[in-house]
Amino acid sequence: MTPLRYARTADRADALARVGSGARFLGGGTNLVDLLRQNVERASEVVDISRLEGAIRESDGGGLLIDASVRNAVLAAHPLVRRRYPVLSRALLAGASAQIRNMATVGGNILQRTRCMYFYDVDGARCNKRQPGAGCDAVGGFNRYHAILGASDQCVATHPSDMCVALAMLDAVVHLSGPGGDRSVPLVDFHVLPSATPQVETVLKPGELIIGVELPPPAPAVTHSEYRKVRDRSSYAFALISVAGGLALAGGRVIEARIALGGVAARPWRARRAETALVGAVPTRDAFLAAIREDLVDAQPLAGNGFKIALVERTVVAVLTDLAGASQ
Amino acid sequence: MSIRVNDREVSPPDDARVSLLDLLREHLHLTGTKKGCDQGACGACTVLLDGSRVLSCLTLAAQAEGSDVRTIEGVTGKDGGLHVLQRAFIEHDGLQCGYCTPGQICSAIGMAEELRRGDPSYVTFDLAAGPEIVTRAEIRERMSGNLCRCGAHNGIVEAIEDMLAETAA
Repeated sequence: MTPLRYARTADRADALARVGSGARFLGGGTNLVDLLRQNVERASEVVDISRLEGAIRESDGGGLLIDASVRNAVLAAHPLVRRRYPVLSRALLAGASAQIRNMATVGGNILQRTRCMYFYDVDGARCNKRQPGAGCDAVGGFNRYHAILGASDQCVATHPSDMCVALAMLDAVVHLSGPGGDRSVPLVDFHVLPSATPQVETVLKPGELIIGVELPPPAPAVTHSEYRKVRDRSSYAFALISVAGGLALAGGRVIEARIALGGVAARPWRARRAETALVGAVPTRDAFLAAIREDLVDAQPLAGNGFKIALVERTVVAVLTDLAGASQ
Repeated sequence: MSIRVNDREVSPPDDARVSLLDLLREHLHLTGTKKGCDQGACGACTVLLDGSRVLSCLTLAAQAEGSDVRTIEGVTGKDGGLHVLQRAFIEHDGLQCGYCTPGQICSAIGMAEELRRGDPSYVTFDLAAGPEIVTRAEIRERMSGNLCRCGAHNGIVEAIEDMLAETAA
């Protein structure tokens, strides 16, 4: 780690004024401290914003407003989240360990970097994300954990967050504040695909800060929702793939389906074609499988991760089948 | 602002890069807290920060200013002797080499408080209701952030079951 100045503020305007060039906002530190220590990232200053007000409150429209500095553990255990947005609680609880969830903030979770091992290997691997134009050792390397959708020949990294997969499924909106004023971006549009510039990971502009996340009032498919994570060990591991699913039925037919996938792309992947195909369908395993295959036709597996296509298919079918059974 | 470590006020380090773990071990010589991976993957450095279990390796010491830190050196029973969980670890052979033990004990004390609040885990069946019965699966899931290379997990889970039963009684 290179020498670092540390500043702390509990005031949003002060935080925005303090962050100049070479400075980074610091939340729980669970990713950034590690990245700085390993010299994957460098900063001359960190501005600790973890003590900004961290509230969870109902919005005027019946949704939920979550401040960016709310800790992951607090959000997962909040009574309104558990009752109205169960997929979000379950996704948060699937992530990391209890210690890390006690530390990690909502804003930091959204902005965490990929866990691609070549990205972390500063001395031993080429990475276009770390050093644009250097090349990518993951494309032809050990890529069991890498992307099957939306990747490029420049980068095949995945976004590691569980929480963001649930937020994508919930149509969450990210509220931002910066030198140019306040603005809001749907979570599904917040992270960008790598294309030719994998070093650009989000639409966040220099000096901008995530203020909070807003959840719309729970849709019918959100009330019956589930998060299932498939990984190499049963806990405390990043996802191979994960599924945030929701289903609402009426008269024996699907009236709304929501599906977001984790571990498959550089951002949470909404399976929009499947969602559309399932409206009006009789909820059977065959219907679920046919629907998710409409999204997976675009999959471009690498040498080490072709299994993810079948794994996504089976997990989506299992989640939706369970939800169909529970809501009848 | 100072940091309160086991009821003692200490100054934060001059170098902002110093982790809470290195402050404890290298500056304060509280070597009970262990450095395993130093990257948040093993849980050996777990301490209690304002009562919550956290990883001291991924916490900058400066982030703990104004907070209360409790390490294994500050864990005691009601009579000033061993904590009920420390006694249970001895009774159930919850360790072999002992390197992960301070982190396991601090983590389990933090976990007991989370259970008392009714916080759910990934394996809790009814999220809204929270865990009704603390099964072994619940304990294993909640303690998954603490690895034990000796494989003493069965004894660790039994020791935690003892602590939970004793504190519930």
